[in-house]
Amino acid sequence: MSTQEKDKDVKKLMDMASDLRWKVGNNFHDQLVEGIYAEASQITKNSADLPDRKIEYTFDRKLDRILTSKKLGFPIMLLVLSVVLWLTIQGANYPSGALATLLLEIVYPFLKSISASLNIPWWIDGFVLDGVYMAVAWVIAVMLPPMAIFFPIFTLLEDFGYLPRVAFNLDSLFNKVGAHGKQALTMTMGWGCNAAGVIATRIIDSPRERLIAIITNNFSLCNGRWPTQILIATIFIGALVPPALSSLTATASVIAIALLGVFFMFMTSWLLSSTVLKGQVSTFALELPPYRPPRFWKTLYTSLIDRTLIVLWRAIVFAAPAGAVIWLISNIDIGSDSIANHLIDNFDGFGLFVGLNGVILLAYIVAIPANEIVIPTILMLTVAKLGMQSAGAGEGVMFELESVETGEILRAGGWTLLTGINLMLFSLLHNPCSTTIYTIYQETKSLKWTTVATILPIIMGFILTFLVAQFWRLLS
Amino acid sequence: MSTNTVNSPCNDCAFHNVAQLKKLGLDTDNTDYVVALAGNPNTGKSTVFNALTGLRQHTGNWPGKTVVRAEGGYVYGEKRYKIVDLPGTYSLLSTSEDEEVARNFILFGQPDVTVIVVDASRLERNLNLTLQVLEITNKSVLCLNLMDEATRHGIKVDERSLAKELGIPVVATSARTNVGINQLLATIQQVATGEIICQPRKIKQLSPAIDHAVVQLSKQLRVNYPDLNNTRWIAMRLLDGDQRIIQALENNEFGNS
Repeated sequence: MSTQEKDKDVKKLMDMASDLRWKVGNNFHDQLVEGIYAEASQITKNSADLPDRKIEYTFDRKLDRILTSKKLGFPIMLLVLSVVLWLTIQGANYPSGALATLLLEIVYPFLKSISASLNIPWWIDGFVLDGVYMAVAWVIAVMLPPMAIFFPIFTLLEDFGYLPRVAFNLDSLFNKVGAHGKQALTMTMGWGCNAAGVIATRIIDSPRERLIAIITNNFSLCNGRWPTQILIATIFIGALVPPALSSLTATASVIAIALLGVFFMFMTSWLLSSTVLKGQVSTFALELPPYRPPRFWKTLYTSLIDRTLIVLWRAIVFAAPAGAVIWLISNIDIGSDSIANHLIDNFDGFGLFVGLNGVILLAYIVAIPANEIVIPTILMLTVAKLGMQSAGAGEGVMFELESVETGEILRAGGWTLLTGINLMLFSLLHNPCSTTIYTIYQETKSLKWTTVATILPIIMGFILTFLVAQFWRLLS
Repeated sequence: MSTNTVNSPCNDCAFHNVAQLKKLGLDTDNTDYVVALAGNPNTGKSTVFNALTGLRQHTGNWPGKTVVRAEGGYVYGEKRYKIVDLPGTYSLLSTSEDEEVARNFILFGQPDVTVIVVDASRLERNLNLTLQVLEITNKSVLCLNLMDEATRHGIKVDERSLAKELGIPVVATSARTNVGINQLLATIQQVATGEIICQPRKIKQLSPAIDHAVVQLSKQLRVNYPDLNNTRWIAMRLLDGDQRIIQALENNEFGNS
């Protein structure tokens, strides 16, 4: 058969289809679904023996009544979130310290001594060990412990069946802002990792609502940003209260930032759905699955292998080149000063204007690949800028200190409580990391929406930090 | 070393064959048969997948666990099988990405066997998807999973009546504890090799107007595409205005003139 004939055949078929569609009317879909339901019901009647409805799933019902109740639903969600965050923050402390000691205080000097004994030129040694190795070591030390705690807890909640209940509770809110109820699930995924959250939006049917979920996923404070939040909260906010309360206060302020993120997520969803992404909210059936006791060890194992290590690996791949860049800009001089210092001077004006500073802005630019290395980059840049030889580890070398010493360095760099608060806000509201940006492009295949998702949070971040700074200066 | 070719009675025994089950994990090269795994979310699809392939794909009970399809392999009865875990969906009639992945694979990927995993304690709801799959493909097996949970809730499902109603073999399993996996493997093999011929039930309870339209359109489809065996379903999709199917017809993706 020739192509022409073929085309004619297809055309004939299409005409026939549209003709019939016209005759059947526009409720074909509903009628078909009704037919299928009737059929399924009949088959079930013929082949299954269902028990008395009353005794069915009583435990699940009771639990659902509590977890999804109007009064208790939200407080319980808040409580669960707080407990998960608190466990992560507290639990990550010790292993993080141990890993840092191992990688930075034992392995790093060892590698340095080997390279010295081999007479490796200083710039190769600096580039590889001080740049690339340090960035990778940092990512592992700071990121691995919280992830290894957060992901399994998250997975246990997921296996138990709590997440669909969260979606159920939040559904009406999402509906009000013109977004899809399943966005609740992708939002919670985002607390683990935004890239994972963006991929998870595939469960949302309508392209419009899916786009909203993708663009707003960055407002979920991801794992990589928690350590920054926790450290800054401990230094600047925890210091405001007696030592006994400082860890609790720090945790509370991190939760407040996370909730602020949820607020911005709703606000931005609403803004998008009432301007550029207008449309009907689609209805969907969310099945509340039966509660199943999670298999603890299996979950621990799989979430460690499937999620933690994969995300960690990706972070390392992105952090290594960033470490190289940081080392290079700190060690290549233009005129009398390093590139880094020139950039800091240039950024300082705008940075201070919005209650941040040049160091922070530069750190966020070079740390696009991984949010985890923001703090070490800030420390390294501050020390280099101040010329505090005794405190730092050398130009272009990231390092870590106890929070007290970190606080001293930052304060010496001109940081105030305002800088601390604004850094926490900016850490919430800035561009997604490069992995997430890439994932957004992969999912949307649109440069336009990728740009929107990247730029929008930065603009919001600058506006917010600016307002806070103005307000602050007005009061003090 | 010569292999023992004497026909031992063990060869016919399901348990012997299970001992022969070799989980291949991610190795899916040179496979003899392709098996698709379809089903609603929360039916333990991924658990069945893991039980067959030895992979440890994460399982969880919320919609959208498997958003992309996962593949694995196993050897059974000296044949190599590739098994594809499709995203869990409630139907194949909408256009969300996960449903389209599942639908397109069953339709265009033309698997040798489609295993439909259903939750025995939620049979009625799960049958909606089952009926749709049966419209698309002729070679399928119903895996009646989570039997332990159903029993605990006092639900009894008669596999034989169900098999008769649906026209395809039904295997009761509790994949979490590996119960029934032997039988499932054997049944997949029988359907793949054509030892069992399925006569899947087609959706009958359509209103006369719709039924008439479907019959007419599928008749025309059979004229245009004589080798196509799911013309009824494609007719339904055309009547629903499914762009992907229209496009597939225009681009001649159904593979025959």
